[in-house]
Amino acid sequence: MRFLDIITTAVGNSIRSKTRTILTVVAIFIGAFTLTITSAIGTGISGYIDNQVGAFGAADVLSITKTSADAAPAGGGPAPYDPRKVTLEGGFPGDGSESAAAVLTPDDLVIIGKVTGILDVSAVQQVTPRYIEYGNRGKFELTVNPNSFLTTPDLASGSQLRADGDQNQILITTAYVGSLGFADAAAAAGQTVTIGITDHQGLMHEVQATVVGVQNETLLASGAGLNQALTDNLHRLQNTGVPESSSTGSLLATARFNPAASGQDVDAMQAALAGKGYTALTVADQIGIIQTVISGIIGVLNAFAVIALVAAGFGIINTLLMSVQERTREIGLMKAMGMGAGRIYALFSIEAVFIGFLGSVIGVLAAIGTGAIANSLLAGTVLADLQGLVVLRFAPGPVAAVIGLVMIIAFLAGTLPARRASRQNPIEALRYE
Amino acid sequence: MNTPLLAALNISRSYGRGATRFDALKGVSLKIGTGVSLAILGKSGSGKSTLMHLLALLDQPDGGALLVEGKDATELNVKQISRLRNEDFGFVFQQFFLTPNASVLENVILPLKIAGIGARERKMRGMEVLTQLELEDKARNKAIDLSGGQKQRVVIARALVNNPKVIFADEPTGNLDTVTGRLVEDLLFSLNRKDGITLVIVTHDRDLADRCDRQMFIRDGLKVTSLEKAGDAA
Ligand SMILES: Nc1ncnc2c1ncn2[C@@H]1O[C@H](COP(=O)(O)OP(=O)(O)O)[C@@H](O)[C@H]1O
Ligand SMILES: [Mg+2]
Repeated sequence: MRFLDIITTAVGNSIRSKTRTILTVVAIFIGAFTLTITSAIGTGISGYIDNQVGAFGAADVLSITKTSADAAPAGGGPAPYDPRKVTLEGGFPGDGSESAAAVLTPDDLVIIGKVTGILDVSAVQQVTPRYIEYGNRGKFELTVNPNSFLTTPDLASGSQLRADGDQNQILITTAYVGSLGFADAAAAAGQTVTIGITDHQGLMHEVQATVVGVQNETLLASGAGLNQALTDNLHRLQNTGVPESSSTGSLLATARFNPAASGQDVDAMQAALAGKGYTALTVADQIGIIQTVISGIIGVLNAFAVIALVAAGFGIINTLLMSVQERTREIGLMKAMGMGAGRIYALFSIEAVFIGFLGSVIGVLAAIGTGAIANSLLAGTVLADLQGLVVLRFAPGPVAAVIGLVMIIAFLAGTLPARRASRQNPIEALRYE
Repeated sequence: MNTPLLAALNISRSYGRGATRFDALKGVSLKIGTGVSLAILGKSGSGKSTLMHLLALLDQPDGGALLVEGKDATELNVKQISRLRNEDFGFVFQQFFLTPNASVLENVILPLKIAGIGARERKMRGMEVLTQLELEDKARNKAIDLSGGQKQRVVIARALVNNPKVIFADEPTGNLDTVTGRLVEDLLFSLNRKDGITLVIVTHDRDLADRCDRQMFIRDGLKVTSLEKAGDAA
């Protein structure tokens, strides 16, 4: 029998018992649909994160924290008490909100600055302004993105913050445009806003700042960006009335290195800092953590979809076993007429693969259709603030992989019935009376 | 003397093992020359079908030897046996074994499809043989929609489509009424006479057997008598 004839016969056979084939196809459809959706979510979200990473221009920055010296023991209990640790760090208490063990002191900054490859290092000052106001159009709470120095935000209008200079600059997010009373993002650029901040004794201070631009709301960095001059001013006001010795620590420091440094150079720097008791992360490292979490979640979802597919595989086995049973005499006759066992095997295998192909293609198409609808619904509602996020992204590679995987599962499911059919004895079938 | 088309030398076949072992055929010898018509007669359960299956290479004997054109069948490989069954043998059974929802033409060309012949030639040869059996107007009908006699004619068309040397027929009229049965018989014997196709017919119908050149009776797996038609024996 010619290969093409085997295929058309197999397809014809599966169409002949319509109800059974349709039910099996539905089972496969469900698995393929789910798997396509979950993999599209994976592609969509990691694609979005990659775009965000692409927007992070500050690839030459390490964010550095102090590694807590005694990690919790492997058993998961608390770390044992170490009297030396207290004396070592006792001289540099934080302002109370910080844990003494993780505070970076000016001495630490000096040590970090001496590591080969580090150009300069500075402590990150945490400022918590109380409100922002434009003209007299009402005061609004202001969230500051403490990591804005790490990012080159995606701008809706205006320009980026200047790293140097002593003008107070702020980069507001799109969410503030309407509330503050600007007609649109373009109208906000260049205007002066008032920022309120309270000091240690609860006294309110006001600072004027220029809105240099408006940034799109993103997943990783939400909140306004402040330039160094504004941060310094706010920090000074915030710490008015704090005893001198209390303000020396900070939780986080940032260090710049040569942008031309290779991956190996960065690794060497990180290793050197680790050796001195600091944890240094690049932007990519930090995003990598998020990606690991997301791919973990996607992995679990995919596992469920694969379980559904395996269940559907048993549906194929059942369908084909019934079909072998039903066609006993037909198979016997074909063998009597000189059809080889290999061809009979191929006939049933291809029927299984065809059912798998049908179910997966319909499942994938339905998933793509559903995804398009879901994307437009989500983009208009829940995810309106995350510009550029397409939750379900159907890339040709993963979609083809889903179809391929389903067909492999279908082929494997078909082996048992196909074997049974190919081993059938023609005389047994023909003796049937 | 030229080599017979098929020869069985003391062949035996048993089913089951140990206590349940049953000797269906206990040593039967016969020769079938090209162009003859042979009837295998006997009561139900006497071993007729078993013998025919062995002769048609659908089964292997436990003892004895089977020669195809003088060559021992055990020397043939699976492919050669498949080819022989596909191209040189045609089968007609008491049951029709038609695919009910496929068309008459589809059913008839199945052996050609198995042989790997292209779609156009299949159709042409299928229609040719259907015309020969006056079934050309039924070619597109579903097999299930035919009468019993028409179905058996479709089965004969299917057996003929590969231009076989031998047709093996196991109770070909067993499922038909007398009149229709007679028509099918006429058809088989005209093929035997005109085209020289060898016939091996299993039956317990004496009238059918009487029309054959040779008759062979078996009982309990053993050959009892062998009759040659007076005219042919001379
Ligand atoms: N597969 C089998 N297993 C066991 N016994 C069988 C099998 N096939 C046939 N027989 C037995 O062999 C004997 C001969 O069978 P068969 O050749 O079909 O007889 P006939 O065609 O003359 O009616 C019968 O008694 C039958 O029951
Ligand atoms: Mg019988």
